Amino acid sequence: MHNFRVAIKAVASPFTTVALLVIALVPLTQVQAQTQTQTQTAAEKGLEIAEAAQAFDEGFVDFTANMNMILKTKQGDTSTRIIRIKTLEVENDGDKSLSIFDEPADVKGTAMLTYTHGLEPDDQWLYLPALKKVKRINSRNKSGPFMGSTFAFEDLGSQEVEKYRYQYLKQESCGDWMCYVIERTPAYEKSGYTKQIAWIDTQAYRLAKVEFYDRKKSLLKTLEASEFKLYIGKHWRPGKMNMVNHQNGKSTVLEWTNYQFKTGLSDRDFRAQSLKRLK
Amino acid sequence: MMRKFLFAPILGGSLLVCSTLAGAAEFSGNIAAEALFFGQSASSPEQLDSNLTLSFEPQWTGDWGDGDNSWSSKLFLRADDRDSERNHVDLRELYWLHLNGDSELRVGINTLFWGVTESQHLVDVVNQVDQVEGIDGEDKLGQPMIHLKHYEDWGVVDLLLLPGFRERTFQSINGRPRTSLVVDTNAVQYQSSDEQSHIDYAFRYSQIFDDLDLGLTWFKGTNRNPILTPAVKSNGLAILIPTYNQMTQLGLDLQLMIEAWTWKLELIHRETNGSSFEASTMGFEYTFYGVFDSDINIGTLAEYSYDNRSPSERGVFDRDLLIGARLAFNDAQSTDMLIGLVIDTEKQSRTFRIEGSRRLGDSWKGTIEVQAFSNIDKSDVLTLFSRDDYLLLELARYF
Repeated sequence: MHNFRVAIKAVASPFTTVALLVIALVPLTQVQAQTQTQTQTAAEKGLEIAEAAQAFDEGFVDFTANMNMILKTKQGDTSTRIIRIKTLEVENDGDKSLSIFDEPADVKGTAMLTYTHGLEPDDQWLYLPALKKVKRINSRNKSGPFMGSTFAFEDLGSQEVEKYRYQYLKQESCGDWMCYVIERTPAYEKSGYTKQIAWIDTQAYRLAKVEFYDRKKSLLKTLEASEFKLYIGKHWRPGKMNMVNHQNGKSTVLEWTNYQFKTGLSDRDFRAQSLKRLK
Repeated sequence: MMRKFLFAPILGGSLLVCSTLAGAAEFSGNIAAEALFFGQSASSPEQLDSNLTLSFEPQWTGDWGDGDNSWSSKLFLRADDRDSERNHVDLRELYWLHLNGDSELRVGINTLFWGVTESQHLVDVVNQVDQVEGIDGEDKLGQPMIHLKHYEDWGVVDLLLLPGFRERTFQSINGRPRTSLVVDTNAVQYQSSDEQSHIDYAFRYSQIFDDLDLGLTWFKGTNRNPILTPAVKSNGLAILIPTYNQMTQLGLDLQLMIEAWTWKLELIHRETNGSSFEASTMGFEYTFYGVFDSDINIGTLAEYSYDNRSPSERGVFDRDLLIGARLAFNDAQSTDMLIGLVIDTEKQSRTFRIEGSRRLGDSWKGTIEVQAFSNIDKSDVLTLFSRDDYLLLELARYF
């Protein structure tokens, strides 16, 4: 059995179901993969893919990006949030991430700081500029929607390997790529999902698609990521993510621009008590 | 006083104009119309029964482009042609921020917030309350300060030097809700002969220990909360004279998160006029997430406030219980609502309050506030407001 602690490291970014997307090239050639299936269980192979994916994106150190979040109702009405994201890779724990809101105008300057953890609940703070108050928020609200979007908090947190139990299902083509299809079952508490089916490309371990199944085991949402680009020769990030809720007809598109890696961020930039000084 | 603070933005403005040549600047803020309706006629005939006012809150921030120096300014203006005291302008912020490694220095005018509880803000004593803007103490006047903040692994230290005192704002004779006698701010008295130029000091240590947030504060200087003494002016008019005493206050604020529980405590020890007392507010908030398979969170909260002074000296929250609910709809319009009932456990007075807000479109926001007083005991400070149940509607445009 694989040691779950092996290579546990932050892959991710905030808002990164994405990052899992981004998985590693490192591993197994397809030949190896095929020979190993003889002796591996589906659980072992699923875990191996998740670990390989995580290892592939390790070492991004930090990144910043701009995110436009476009909320669409069933009737087609849209509203937009403009958010700046800063993420710091943390060794042996989940990432630290900061989201600063520029729009809508009434929440301009609001900042959300998250220290993500593996199985432990995250630590989260919200800075409310109108009151000049830093408020600690309860991160048990994992399945709640983020800013009224179809993304739940748990969809956006850093995706540590240990957060799920895995089952390898099959390999199939996914658009232009060939993908591993794995089932992920949340191992952390308070998830809104019973399982997720993830399509991860076999070449660069990009997370192309995820289906989310609710507590009643019905299909709730589908996430599709596209317009991937390679940054600093190693880290793949999607330019667009679309999360459709099949049950209420709402959807949310995330448009990512201006990715910058290794910008020199440090712990100093992710302190709860210094949220006030952000702009 | 007001005049002095009007000059500051002009001075500051020209300073900022020079600075922006080097770095980036950003302009934001809101303009809002507020309608206020009272359910009963006022206790005095001069007072208004309804009012329509406008407010404007522009904010302008920027930096010098070197990453270590930035500035922030924020002005608040209320146009109220019925209540002359509420017709006011205040510079909430105008400061320069310098970053140096693990230290931050802010010099200028600023507002800050300390504490964790909802009912009252015992620990939060640095800024004066802009009382004409609301009786909940959450609107504050800008305070001149030199504020040094330093971060260490063992905690965060704040050192504040506070030159220049701001007087609390009080409604004019036409204003409402107000005390039955009008507070005459021209008759203000100070315990210290330095009056408004008394220099105050404050210190805060804060640290996060896993799920526990701790704050320890110390303040020495002019108490922002005046004692109101009835007096008769030479023209025979009865008024209230605000007197600002000196005080030394030690404060503790704690917040502990355990699963869906948030436990809160604020405790102060205050020495003033040769005597001392303790007061505290403690309580919890328990949140039900995603109730009835919806996106709605419902938080239930309860807080108890205690004050060990003799009955005549106590504050409003002396033996008071707050029970309330916080609703977050988690929708695209960020609709939320806070409902609270405060019960004086000795006098049985009750005050009921609802605050709600919702974004309208992309740049508008609607706010509703309802405050009702019932069963108010004659000996309760709140008896002054017993006819002042009100409904407040605000529509704000953000930019």
